[in-house]
Amino acid sequence: MIESKSSSLHRVLTTLGHQEPDRVPLFLLLTLHGAKELGLSIRDYFARADYVVEGQLRLRARYQHDCLYPFFYAALEMEAWGGEVVFVEDGPPSSGEPGIRRWEQIDGLTPPEVERTPGLRRALQAIAGLKAQVGEETPIIGVVMSPFSLPVMQLGFDRYIELLYEQPARFERLMQVNEEFCVAWANAQMRAGATAICYFDPVSSPTIIPPECYRRTGFRVAQRTLARIQGPTATHFASRHCLAIVADVAQTGTAAVGVSVEEDLAQLKAACRGRLTLLGHLNGIAMRRWTLAEAETAVKTAIAQAGRGGGFILADNHGEIPWQVRDDVLQAIADAARRWGRYPLDWVDDAD
Amino acid sequence: MTISETTVREFETALLALDRLTATRLLTAPEGGESPMRRVEQLVAPTLDRIGRAWEYGQVALSQVYMSGRICEDLVDALLPSGSAIRKDQPKMAVAVLEDYHLLGKRMVYAVLRASGYELLDYGRQDVEGLARRVAEQGVEILLLSALMLPSALRVARVRAALDRLGCPVRIVVGGAPFRFDPQLWREMGADAMGVNASDAVRIVAALTGDSS
Repeated sequence: MIESKSSSLHRVLTTLGHQEPDRVPLFLLLTLHGAKELGLSIRDYFARADYVVEGQLRLRARYQHDCLYPFFYAALEMEAWGGEVVFVEDGPPSSGEPGIRRWEQIDGLTPPEVERTPGLRRALQAIAGLKAQVGEETPIIGVVMSPFSLPVMQLGFDRYIELLYEQPARFERLMQVNEEFCVAWANAQMRAGATAICYFDPVSSPTIIPPECYRRTGFRVAQRTLARIQGPTATHFASRHCLAIVADVAQTGTAAVGVSVEEDLAQLKAACRGRLTLLGHLNGIAMRRWTLAEAETAVKTAIAQAGRGGGFILADNHGEIPWQVRDDVLQAIADAARRWGRYPLDWVDDAD
Repeated sequence: MTISETTVREFETALLALDRLTATRLLTAPEGGESPMRRVEQLVAPTLDRIGRAWEYGQVALSQVYMSGRICEDLVDALLPSGSAIRKDQPKMAVAVLEDYHLLGKRMVYAVLRASGYELLDYGRQDVEGLARRVAEQGVEILLLSALMLPSALRVARVRAALDRLGCPVRIVVGGAPFRFDPQLWREMGADAMGVNASDAVRIVAALTGDSS
């Protein structure tokens, strides 16, 4: 099969413009697999920016997918807030004990400085290193936790829900501080060379809070925050639902939305057509046990449901493919995306 | 006498609106003179089950499930104080999270079971070997494990192996996102049952213990 000459960036921009490029863009959102490529432990891999650069470039060379994803791990941001990062040998590092243990701590909280946090500086170096290598050919995706979702790590999920419902003034105060940090962190990544920012906001999902609560809270936070980020953004709900709020999400100024395998992709496509590009929705957890044939079927099904007319990037539904997913399955996904994603999608029945 | 369907619906509406006053009135007001345990069984447990299922179908949010469980836990604690003889006669149970700080699921299971009249130990965050030792030492018969992250879910197989080595015939019940996204995972990990939502824990524990109430 002759590979098209279109650059990944051109392919992605075309689909974001709700037009059909040469083929459906594929984002393999691989973070931990870079360590495997280099034969390093996850802890050692993320200790140096040049390792992450090399890991991302090797993964891109191997799978020929359409982005670079120098996202370290969500808990990296907690380092900036003085939190602990806990490493495991077979998964993403996570944040340790929540740093805010008393409600009063919120009243005196100030946003940390990006430049003073070694972990964030490392991530910026990785973005800059990749930019130096690929220039404008391949999109480099930066990542922030939304100000509205970060408190899950700052407070613990249970206490954050209680804050949201029971202490509105203190909740607003926390949002102000978090918004300042989020905007500074996102713009630092843009200055380092990121093409776009993925705004992870799982708490805004109707899986977590009711849509009417979202419209009063997470929606307003997203509107204020995204307006100040100096680059395009995609909003990701990390495998939670979003169909009930996509009309609102479109009004936050975001260009794309990460969608869950638990929702109907064709229905999402109909709801988002011309307004939001869909990013998803392969099941990363089930991917761990997929056969090569199952990988191809999943890719083909997703493309059939959402590929027509552009506005679709094939990816996993969580925003990070688990460490346990085998290389041959990733290769099968990449091969199937090239085979079945070529426009026009003549093989797709209108009934699909 | 049984509590009317209207009361159950009113109770559900009050919980979803975080209306503690109405929920308290409905749970404590005499309607047929049932015992406190009977009221818990006929009002709290079925309502939390309905809310759990509504979450499963995308009709309510996790924050509502959590707050409903917490409100009911407080109300039931007042009716059936911890350690009360009128709480359910049951096998020893514990709930834990493996090597992870995502504790919400565990907290919800704990709240729902206590709000349904059960007592259980909260082990918090545990590593595999520490958990197995504690379960063996304390004679736990049903172990409930909540997982948000895949590595945490994969540790369940190690817990099963460690408990087998210690000769503990513990029944393991799991729940959380990895088990929902991969419906075969709980069997692969050697668990005895999997809950799709927090209130499933009540149904599963009742089935495991032969509690038909």
